[in-house]
Amino acid sequence: MNTFQITFWFLSALAVFSSLMVITRKNPVYSVLFLIITFFAISGHYILMNAQFLAIVNIIVYAGAIMVLFLFVLMLMNLNKESEQQKNKYLLWSSGIAGGMLMIVLIAALDTPDPAIITKPGTGEIGLIKNLGTKLFTDYVVPFEISSILFLSAMVGAVVIGKKGD
Amino acid sequence: MTFSLLAITLDWALVLEKFLLILVVVSISLGFAMYSTYAERKVAGFLQDRLGPNRFGWFGLLQPVADAIKLFAKEDIIPNKANKVLFVLGPGLAMLAALMTSAVIPWGDTLTIGDRAVSLQIADINIGMLYVFAVVALGVYGVMIGGWSSNNKFSLLAAIRGASQNISYELAMGLSIIALVFVTGSLSLKDIVVSQQTIGWNFFLQPLGFLLFMICAFAECNRTPFDLPEAENELNFGYHQEYSSMKLGFYLFAEYINMFISSVIMSTLYFGGYDILPFVDETKWGLDPNVLTLLGFGALMIKTVFFVFFFMWVRWTIPRFRYDQLMNLGWKKLIPLALINMLITAAVVLYLQNGWPK
Repeated sequence: MNTFQITFWFLSALAVFSSLMVITRKNPVYSVLFLIITFFAISGHYILMNAQFLAIVNIIVYAGAIMVLFLFVLMLMNLNKESEQQKNKYLLWSSGIAGGMLMIVLIAALDTPDPAIITKPGTGEIGLIKNLGTKLFTDYVVPFEISSILFLSAMVGAVVIGKKGD
Repeated sequence: MTFSLLAITLDWALVLEKFLLILVVVSISLGFAMYSTYAERKVAGFLQDRLGPNRFGWFGLLQPVADAIKLFAKEDIIPNKANKVLFVLGPGLAMLAALMTSAVIPWGDTLTIGDRAVSLQIADINIGMLYVFAVVALGVYGVMIGGWSSNNKFSLLAAIRGASQNISYELAMGLSIIALVFVTGSLSLKDIVVSQQTIGWNFFLQPLGFLLFMICAFAECNRTPFDLPEAENELNFGYHQEYSSMKLGFYLFAEYINMFISSVIMSTLYFGGYDILPFVDETKWGLDPNVLTLLGFGALMIKTVFFVFFFMWVRWTIPRFRYDQLMNLGWKKLIPLALINMLITAAVVLYLQNGWPK
C-alpha cells in the first residue's frame, strides 16, 4: 500500500461511517456535526483527485456557512427527545425509495465508462484553480453567468421574505 | 531516500522534516500566545498608568507560568446538564482551528542544511489564501459547540452572537482578499510574498483593502471593539461561562493564538511577510542566504509583534460596539466599501494589462 491508497481507504471509511452516523443519531446536533466530518472526508477525496479548488470551496461553503446555519436553527429551536414529532410512515417510505433510486442511478453511471479513467488518481489538471477559472470564463461562460443570476434571484427572494413582517 | 516499512512506502526524510517544522511552528505559536497574555496586561498597565504584573520573576516575566499552574490546578467542573462529549470537544475545536492556519504561512525563505534545502513553510498549496479562509470559517464551531453544550442561556446567546458576527464579517474579509488576489494574481501565500519582494508591499497598493481586512480580523478574533460574544455586562462571561480549569484556558489561549496568526497573516498579505525592507533587493547585500532567511523570519516577527501590540492598544482604547452598530458596520459599511474597492482594483488591473478599450 502506498500513501495514496492508505489515504483513500481511510477517507472512504470515514465518509461512509460518518454519513451512516448522520442518519442514525437521535440528536440532530450530532447529525450536523457528523455531516461536517463527511464533508471533510469528501474534500479529502477531491484533493486526492487533484481538485484542490473544489475541495476548499466545499469546506468554505458547506462546512463553513451552510452547516453553521443548520446548527444555528437547531440550537435556537432546542429540539429535545420529548418534543420530537412522530414521523409520517409514508414520508419514510418515499424518502427510502427516492434515496435507493438515486443510488441505482449513481451505480449505473459509474458502471458504463472505462473504470480506468475514474480510478486514475491525481492526474487531472482541470481541478487546479487556474485551469478551472480559464475553463469557466471561456467555454462555460454562459452557464456560469446564468447560475450567478440564479443566486442573485435567491438572494432577492430571501430579502423579500425577510422584509415581509415590516 | 525511500524504503518500505510494513509495505508502506513513504519519503521518511520529508516526513521527519515536516514533522519537525510543524513541532517548531506550533511551539512558537503557543509560546507567543503565552507571552501575549503577559504583554496584554503589561500594555493595559502602561495605557492605564499602572504597573501590570511584576511579582513573579524578573519584571513579572514568569507570570504566564504561574497562570498556567493555576489553571491546571483548578478543579475541572462539567455541569450536570451539559452535553458532556460536546462540552469537552468545544475547547479542542477552538484550539485546533486556531493552530491550523499556521500550516500555509511562509515563515521564511529556504534554509540550506547540509545539501538539503528546507522551506520554512509547512505546505505551499496553490490555494493557500482559500485555505486560510476555510479555517477562519471553521473557527466559529468551537464557540458554537461550547456555548450550546453548556446548557446555559447566556452561553447560548453569546455563541449565537459570535457565530452571526463571524459569518457577517467573513463576507467583507473575503471581498477584500479578492481585491488583493487581483493585484498579486495568485492565491498561494508564498507567491504573494515573492511578488511583494519585487513590486513593493501590497499595503501601498491596497490601503483600503488592508483597513477592511484588519477590521474583519478584529471581528473574527472576537477582540474589542467586537468582543460581543464575551460582553460581560450583558452575558455574564460569554460562551465560556460554564468552563473552568484548562478548558477555559484553551478558550482564552485560542483567542491569543488567533490574534498571533491573524497578525502574521496581515504582515504576510499586506506588509511583505518575510521581506525585510520594501523596494530594496536584499540579495544584493551580499549576506549568506541562511543568514538572510533568518533575518527575514526576524522581520516577519517584528511586524507580527507590532500588530499584536496594535490589537492590545485598540482593546484598551476603544469601547465595545452595540450589537446593532456591529451589524450596521459589517453589512452596510464594510461590504459596500469592499465591493467598491474590488471594482476599482479590477478596473485598474484590467487597464494596466490591456490598455484603454478601443
